[in-house]
Amino acid sequence: MLTDERRPAPAPPQPPAGPVPRRRRPWATVALFLSPALVLFAVLVLAPIAIAAYGSFFDWNGFGAPSNFVGLENFRRLLTDEVFAGDLRRALLLVVLSLGIQLPFSLALAMLLNQPLRGRRAYRMLFFTPYVLSEVVTAVLFTMIFSPNQGLANHITKLIGLGDLGATWLADPDTVMYSLFLVISWKYFGFHTILYLAGRQGIPQELHDAAAIDGAGPWQAFRRITLPLLGPTIRISVFLSILGTIQLFDMVWVLTGGGPIRSSETLAVTMFQEGFKRYHVGYASAISMAIFLISLTFGLLYQRFVLRRDLEGAITTIGDQR
Amino acid sequence: MRDSVRFSRRSVLGLAAAASAGAVLAGCSGDEGGSGSSKKIRWWHIANTDPMMSEWAKMARQFEATHPGVKFEITPLENEAFKTKLTTVVQAGDPPDIFHTWGGGVLAQQADAGMVKDISAEIGTWRDTLIPNALDAYTIEGKTYASAVDTGMVGFWYNKELFERAGVSEPPASWADYLEAVRKLKATSVTPIALAGKEKWPGHYYWAYLAMRIGGLEALRQAAVDKDFNKPDFVAAGARLAELVALQPFQTGYLAAGYATADGQAATVGNGKAAMELMGQWAPMVQRDNSAGKKGLGDRLGFFAFPAVDGGKGKITDVFGGGGGYAVGKDAPPEAVEFLKFIAQPENARIEAKTAGVLPVVKAAGDAVTDPNLKLVGDTLSRSTGFQLYLDQAYAPAVGQQVNDSVAELLAGKSSPEQVVKAVSTAAKQG
Repeated sequence: MLTDERRPAPAPPQPPAGPVPRRRRPWATVALFLSPALVLFAVLVLAPIAIAAYGSFFDWNGFGAPSNFVGLENFRRLLTDEVFAGDLRRALLLVVLSLGIQLPFSLALAMLLNQPLRGRRAYRMLFFTPYVLSEVVTAVLFTMIFSPNQGLANHITKLIGLGDLGATWLADPDTVMYSLFLVISWKYFGFHTILYLAGRQGIPQELHDAAAIDGAGPWQAFRRITLPLLGPTIRISVFLSILGTIQLFDMVWVLTGGGPIRSSETLAVTMFQEGFKRYHVGYASAISMAIFLISLTFGLLYQRFVLRRDLEGAITTIGDQR
Repeated sequence: MRDSVRFSRRSVLGLAAAASAGAVLAGCSGDEGGSGSSKKIRWWHIANTDPMMSEWAKMARQFEATHPGVKFEITPLENEAFKTKLTTVVQAGDPPDIFHTWGGGVLAQQADAGMVKDISAEIGTWRDTLIPNALDAYTIEGKTYASAVDTGMVGFWYNKELFERAGVSEPPASWADYLEAVRKLKATSVTPIALAGKEKWPGHYYWAYLAMRIGGLEALRQAAVDKDFNKPDFVAAGARLAELVALQPFQTGYLAAGYATADGQAATVGNGKAAMELMGQWAPMVQRDNSAGKKGLGDRLGFFAFPAVDGGKGKITDVFGGGGGYAVGKDAPPEAVEFLKFIAQPENARIEAKTAGVLPVVKAAGDAVTDPNLKLVGDTLSRSTGFQLYLDQAYAPAVGQQVNDSVAELLAGKSSPEQVVKAVSTAAKQG
């Protein structure tokens, strides 16, 4: 203390030298660490979007730079295109089927796997396996299973006496979407099951114990405790399911190529057909912009109106921990 | 569907970025190829299975040995994958130095965009060694953009045993006889025709041949120029095809069947499960490769030309089909053209004919064809009175694809002959 007082007063900090580097340093660090990600994002995400948006205003076969500007003509054509309208209808059908059948099935399975069951771990692994396969591998696999004359699926329908149901799996315009849905469900139910299972295990056991003491039956406990507390998980799973359906490509392309006669074509398949088979790159860009806008609008609206509570919740939690 | 699809969509969108990146790379590699001492030749072909894949590689090694500095980079691709991949790199302005082509409208668009080299002058030094008209499909407005390597035509490949058992002793020469043969085959509960409905291009052969037989070659050519297919003769072609479809001649589930797959068109015929298919000169080989035990039909396989239609303007000797050739990319070193000359030498053409079982375009290599059916195809070709390239190659891509799509609808019974010609005309006008 004493020595401190006797020491000559230190020179006052020089205003330009002091605060400026202190303020600059974090910015430099931020820029340094952010730039690789930003550059990648710009080159791989923003630039293609910009290029596609630019290309969608041209009648362009993809060779050289686009030169024949047609304004909104491609989009006008899109709105009157029966194939595009069909794509939207088919996407809607898949969404309805997914939300109505696939997700409830996954939920039921998750509840079952949450029970003390012999070999529970093995089941979990087994159900999750299809999700690990790539879409292309899955599609090739099911091409063989649905093969009209030698396929496993027809063999099974014959064995159980449904004989002539066979051969029409992917070959009949009226059944192809349902076969496709079957394959999609086979591949993704495990993923949703795991999501739900994780959500279910985050629900404190005390709540169920308390409900049991109050005399709630299993259905009531599920309806009043499990389901509401699984809300955030279900909302995310619905979100992923719908976005995936809008963007569906690989599986359809390998499984059916969009056929027979376009009855399983999706938005992305139509885009591919126009761009790479017919060399209508301008029109294909317009389709890709439509997919982008549909996904973006859906994503934003869903986050704004459905996920809002969940997202806010997440932010408050972080705030509390601080 | 979820994470992996999001990823794949991003990659689809990313194609545009890849394309621009490709253009940058193209600039670099082009410079190196031109001025550097090592001349890299990127060669894309579709002989992606052995034995031909190894034979091509062997020829490339031989060429490298006699041409110091030349280095080959060979990419063998499956047919459909090749078309897609090539479209991407060509649109990005970076065509391979040598690549497979079927000629026609696709090559014309590539030539239009300046993506392929005019090799008329160089090819003059070996043009006379080739059979007449070999380069027609690759010649656009008097300029030749590719060298032919093999040739062929589409016709019916049939199972002699099944035909005999059904009481069809002579291959049908008229459309009425043909329908009668189909009826007889059906009566013996044999599937008359195998068809790969999933892939569409095999289906378009039927409509194209009928249009040729009824309307004549000139009508098909003129329709593309006028962008108008709405002609009575083409509607009649669809109507004749509808007659065939009404007999339900195809195998169960044909709308989802592939061509060269385990349960596809070629395998169905190769395994004796269907009596015939309408296919090009490569059919026997693909039947063999995809059939059980890789045997195919052997001696039981026969070939006959597409029947004539009574009162039609076309002749039964007019042929439809095509072969393969190699185009030269815009930035290719001169050695790339040299190499095309090298593989057109009789001894190399003979190796290709023997190994791949194709009909050579080099006159001197004609003696390498020993298979009786292939000889028959070669004879039919040499006596042909006119030639039409596959419509999905001859026409601009958008028109060719529309022909395939519309005929597929007709084959599925979901479209009328009138709707087919209307849709194709609309596509032609849109360009």
